Amino acid sequence: MNGFMKLLRRSPWSARIGLIIVLINLTAGVMAPIICPYSETEKAGDIWVQPNAENILGTDHIGRDLFTRLVYGARNTISIAILATFIAFTVGSLMGFFAAVLGGWTDLILSRIIDVLMAFPTLILALMVLSVVGTGTVPLIAVISLIASTRVYRLSRAVAMDIEVMEFVEAARLRGENIWWLMRHEILPNALPPLVAEFGLRFCFVFLFIASLSFLGLGVQPPYADWGGMVRENAGAITFGIMTPLFPAAAIAVLTVGVNLIVDWFLHISSGLKD
Amino acid sequence: MVPLLEMKNIYIEGLSEERWNPIIKGIDLTLNRGEVLGLIGESGAGKSTLGIASMAYTRQGCRISSGSIRFDGEELLGAPKERLRKIRGNRIAYVAQSAAASFNPAYRLINQYAEAPVQHGIMNFKKAAKEARDIYKRLLLPDPDNIGFRYPHQVSGGQLQRAMVAMAMACRPDLIIFDEPTTALDVTTQIEVLAAVKHIVEEFNTAAIYITHDLAVVAQISDRIMVLRYGNLVEEKDTREMIARPEEDYTRRLLAVRSIHEEKDLSQSEKDVILEVSGVSASYDGKSKILEDIDVKIRRGRTVALVGESGSGKSTLARVITGLLPLSGGSISYNGNTLPIALKGRSKEMLRQIQMIYQMPDTALNPNQKVSKIIGRPLEYYFGIKGQKNDKKVFELLEKIELSEKYFSRYPTELSGGEKQRICIARALAAKPELIVCDEVTSALDQLVAKEILKLLQSLQKEMNVSYLFITHDLATVKAISDEIVVMLKGKIVEQGTKEEILAPPHHEYTEMLLSSVPEMDPDWLDCLLKVRKESGKLSSMIEA
Repeated sequence: MNGFMKLLRRSPWSARIGLIIVLINLTAGVMAPIICPYSETEKAGDIWVQPNAENILGTDHIGRDLFTRLVYGARNTISIAILATFIAFTVGSLMGFFAAVLGGWTDLILSRIIDVLMAFPTLILALMVLSVVGTGTVPLIAVISLIASTRVYRLSRAVAMDIEVMEFVEAARLRGENIWWLMRHEILPNALPPLVAEFGLRFCFVFLFIASLSFLGLGVQPPYADWGGMVRENAGAITFGIMTPLFPAAAIAVLTVGVNLIVDWFLHISSGLKD
Repeated sequence: MVPLLEMKNIYIEGLSEERWNPIIKGIDLTLNRGEVLGLIGESGAGKSTLGIASMAYTRQGCRISSGSIRFDGEELLGAPKERLRKIRGNRIAYVAQSAAASFNPAYRLINQYAEAPVQHGIMNFKKAAKEARDIYKRLLLPDPDNIGFRYPHQVSGGQLQRAMVAMAMACRPDLIIFDEPTTALDVTTQIEVLAAVKHIVEEFNTAAIYITHDLAVVAQISDRIMVLRYGNLVEEKDTREMIARPEEDYTRRLLAVRSIHEEKDLSQSEKDVILEVSGVSASYDGKSKILEDIDVKIRRGRTVALVGESGSGKSTLARVITGLLPLSGGSISYNGNTLPIALKGRSKEMLRQIQMIYQMPDTALNPNQKVSKIIGRPLEYYFGIKGQKNDKKVFELLEKIELSEKYFSRYPTELSGGEKQRICIARALAAKPELIVCDEVTSALDQLVAKEILKLLQSLQKEMNVSYLFITHDLATVKAISDEIVVMLKGKIVEQGTKEEILAPPHHEYTEMLLSSVPEMDPDWLDCLLKVRKESGKLSSMIEA
């Protein structure tokens, strides 16, 4: 903890901005029922009301409070994105390490399967799967994890291969250590910095992906709030010069930039560059 | 006469952890035309930093904070970049340590040779190419007319290093800086490069700064030697004077570095063979054999030195013995039992008895594990020792390798090269092995540090009666610690026997060449050797073959 505080004190201003943005979003998501003046699906006024004292960001296309929807949207989208990214990392890096440590046929077969999955454009693959198995939170998380895990596999395999040829891994092999020890104690700690940075980046992609799916109507389903879905629902308003759809769109952009700022900082530290 | 290069009161600082730390602390250096100056010291002494500072250049993260650098009467420090660009590569040239890493693999040698003279507008490509052939010939490169049209990967390491010397010569500079040009080479190849450098520097009356950690090498080339340590000048003298009458204690220790010796009674262990390699061959691709019909016996408590140049297959033999590379023919028996050829087939007990120490302690230790875990893990794994007992054992081992208790909770990055290698030794010892395979364990270390490591290995052997298979290309090390010697060339054993048998004449032709190639602390050694070899017409013919 002390080390983290020291690191934080030396962080550049861009990373601090990123941290603040992410923290605000996380707190908003967690505290949603407390800070919101209305409930998630409650009608709070006329449709497309401009920002005022009662509805600080106005209302949406059926008269729900936009601020409340935004906060709940953060809660839904971010939690799904974090869960999906987490699953993708567990599965992807485990398989990547396996492929790197075992090599040979394991590596060959795993890599070709991943190649096949990566050959499909992500959005089309997701649309296909979701329209077959149906929409819902579980299929949504499953399909996103699957897609993201292929990218994680590629990275973790490459990183692990670099580490695997180091002599300390060879020394552990000579000692007779099993594959779990090699992965857990020799490879994982050394692969962590690039993987953590990738986690942030992957989270951004997953988050944007959920927003796109929701925009297309296959992501988070109404009446639950989601930023991508909110953009779609209110998109028509822009024709009338009403700025309602800009709020969820801006929220997506700001969070993505915020996470990226932190990732940049992290990559900078882990790459060991001085300036 | 105005000296060619005059550096006065040079201070150089390096940035680390956001602070500027001194690297060079006020050194004066003067160099006359045609003079060769040797800069010598261990790693971190600042010799390279000082050497390249003569071009008013520093590596990234360093700066020359004060002093004056006058080259041919002109102040370089603070000179405009344009001016410096005209001088660097033209009047001052630089030869880097690793030629393989310094050449652009995508261009032919001759194109890279011509780059500097053409860029500086001295001559056109055609003229440069013509001169290149001439220089290649003077540097004794084979087939000088055509070698320039090869790519860097198509010539050997020694040839590439000479091609780089040729490149430095392209503009006929007044000064060349040689930054450890032979350190990465085998002894036999080192001779070629040394001879070439000496020859061409004399012929063109070029001044040179020759940076190295090897006093015997610099003695062959330089007129004057400066010994550096921790950024300070220790001693500066004419070469002959320095070798004959060193004043400072540190210089004396550098000179005495090749002198550890120990007599051992071998008669008792004659019958006690622990590892027997018989008729072993191995290959990486199943076709070309890296090892062919190898027979080696390792006896208890003895050190068997495996000697050969890079590519001779000595490290491959270590991989075969440890089981990392399954052998394709022959067999290995351990204490009379045949060892399974692959690592997977060997029991925990078999693995425990053969341990390995690596060349690069940096990559042999997991940077994310503390010393306590690195040494403690074999104890836990092989003997099931856990918790406080494990800690106690680790402390005992630390004591054995002459490190204090405070190293217990350090990470490898907080250790020096020599300390890291000691930790590697402790990790091997923790398994209580009967045989330790030492793969070039001292070649990445400074000479004084290497000497300490060798001493430690020797005393541990006495104490624990462990056997070593000592792989090395450094014959000085072999002379110092081995009981038996196995000489390898191109995957085959050329000669083997006890140290006395191998080191006493008559030698096998190849052993003779290896032995005679080890530089001696005698300024006339290279000249004599070259003369002898020229007469017998054998110069480098064996390596080129």
